Amino acid sequence: MRAALFLIALAALALAPIAAPWLQFVLTLALAKGFAALGVAVLLRGGLISIGHAMFYAVSAYAIAFLARAGLNEFVVLLLLGTLASALAGLLIGAFLVRYRAIFFAMLNLAMSMVLYALLSKLYGITGGTDGLRLAVPRFFGLALDKASFDTALYYAGLVLMLGVGYGVQRYLASPLGHALAAVHTNELRLEYLGVPVRFVLLIAYTISAALAGVGGAIAAMAISHILPEFAFWTASGHLVLVAVLGGIGGVAGPFIGSLFLEVLHTLAVGVTDAWNLIIGVALIGVIFFLPSGLYGLIRRRSGEPA
Amino acid sequence: MTTPLLQAKDLRISFYGVQAADGVNLEIREGEFLAIIGPNGSGKTTFLNLCTGYLRPSSGEVYLDGKPITAMAPRTIARRGIARAFQIPQLFLDQTVLDNLMIAVAAKRGIWVPFRALGADGRRREAEELLALVGLDGEAQQLAGALPEGRRKLLDIVIALALKPRLVLLDEPTSGVSTIERFTLMETLMAALRRAKVTALFVEHDMDVVQRYADRVVVWDSGSVMAEGPPSEVFKDERVLRNVVGVA
Ligand SMILES: Nc1ncnc2c1ncn2[C@@H]1O[C@H](COP(=O)(O)OP(=O)(O)OP(=O)(O)O)[C@@H](O)[C@H]1O
Ligand SMILES: [Mg+2]
Repeated sequence: MRAALFLIALAALALAPIAAPWLQFVLTLALAKGFAALGVAVLLRGGLISIGHAMFYAVSAYAIAFLARAGLNEFVVLLLLGTLASALAGLLIGAFLVRYRAIFFAMLNLAMSMVLYALLSKLYGITGGTDGLRLAVPRFFGLALDKASFDTALYYAGLVLMLGVGYGVQRYLASPLGHALAAVHTNELRLEYLGVPVRFVLLIAYTISAALAGVGGAIAAMAISHILPEFAFWTASGHLVLVAVLGGIGGVAGPFIGSLFLEVLHTLAVGVTDAWNLIIGVALIGVIFFLPSGLYGLIRRRSGEPA
Repeated sequence: MTTPLLQAKDLRISFYGVQAADGVNLEIREGEFLAIIGPNGSGKTTFLNLCTGYLRPSSGEVYLDGKPITAMAPRTIARRGIARAFQIPQLFLDQTVLDNLMIAVAAKRGIWVPFRALGADGRRREAEELLALVGLDGEAQQLAGALPEGRRKLLDIVIALALKPRLVLLDEPTSGVSTIERFTLMETLMAALRRAKVTALFVEHDMDVVQRYADRVVVWDSGSVMAEGPPSEVFKDERVLRNVVGVA
């Protein structure tokens, strides 16, 4: 049942741009944010809430813009290096942040992202300040494509990545390290007494979550072709937390479901009403009260599996 | 004379003027079952906290195999072979009983096995065997948080045993367990300890349990050792009877 739902959803995603071409850009951005929200969801497993994760989204996007300016213009290379840049930034910042818990952790992430936002806006000579940086259309596996074909290729590459990366994250969460991460949330003392280096467990999770945000940032950068400091703005981080909670952090699919749902809803709603924030707010309240394991929990329950 | 497995030398610590450890000297030899008894608030749990690096003494040293471990983190001490079960069980409440134990097994074997499932590589089998050993196998799929107090206590103990420690510190293993079940629990536990050749120190309030299972008893009073010896002798001591057994 679940496998069937999964395949139907996947087929719908694959066919959507053909049926409704205007949806392609929306869906590409939804995928990008889905990756970053998955990063946030990974940390939520460990009971840690980051309200600064858009910084890693931005790190990857800017890294790609810099690399492109330096002459690299291959999609795969840019994607990998952008993600790597975010992972390294995550490793570095994580090494400092994993000492903190709860509100301190959340606030420090926020603070870091604000510092990055300020730097990106002010260092005009390097980052282009609030004008941002433009990104030319990269080659796709060596092929020189026009913007429209590249965007299509990017979308399908994003779908494939979602499957591959999603599977990898699922394996990670099901591994001893992933369970230890959840255990940090429930009983850090017991974990310590089992001889487990808690900070190391968290640092791995943090680095993975930053890398995931990096994958998202890379896709967004190449879809939008224009990189702005807003990528790192705190509202973007808040949006990622919202997506993660809305979609559900119980499974890897949750954040993607949340992201696709929100992005499509947003696109449809802005055409009809300007009460977008009201819709989002009500949807979130509904999920928190009635679907504690998110939209994904709803699907799981329907298919007769424990949420 | 051989080096004691664990040795505490003149440990001192106080909380807001209360001397919870007031010059504690104690040795545990390999293979023995040592019981600690003493009134509430006499510093028994504090002693376990001092031995496992959770608290640092203001003075004094703890030695494992003759080597000081006083300044080490609980994590490091655990890796050196001292495991602990707590007075209030410390479990991963929203994971299953089996997962709790598999995490412990993984912790012992090394959690750095990326992309291998928690239950793979024999971790599940080992965890299931341990659960069966103490009769928790029927509850394997329950959430740890759904267990009644006595079963939680038991799970907390097996989690400690999963580390295959050389020394296990048990803080009131039979509290929260009904008087009838106490001896069944202790029989199971002792069998498991003997089989794994684990040295054990247990804090205990039930004098019948102490009498029956301890090789040696240490009597605690206001942060220090007041008497020690085999149960038969200690329980004849006037002061012990008056101060401890009467109260406990
Ligand atoms: N972390 C702490 N902070 C402040 N006071 C503490 C702390 N730990 C222990 N104490 C105090 O030290 C004294 C000894 O406490 P401890 O828990 O070691 O006693 P115990 O012998 O284990 O008692 P019980 O039989 O009730 O478990 C008590 O007065 C207690 O209030
Ligand atoms: Mg105590």
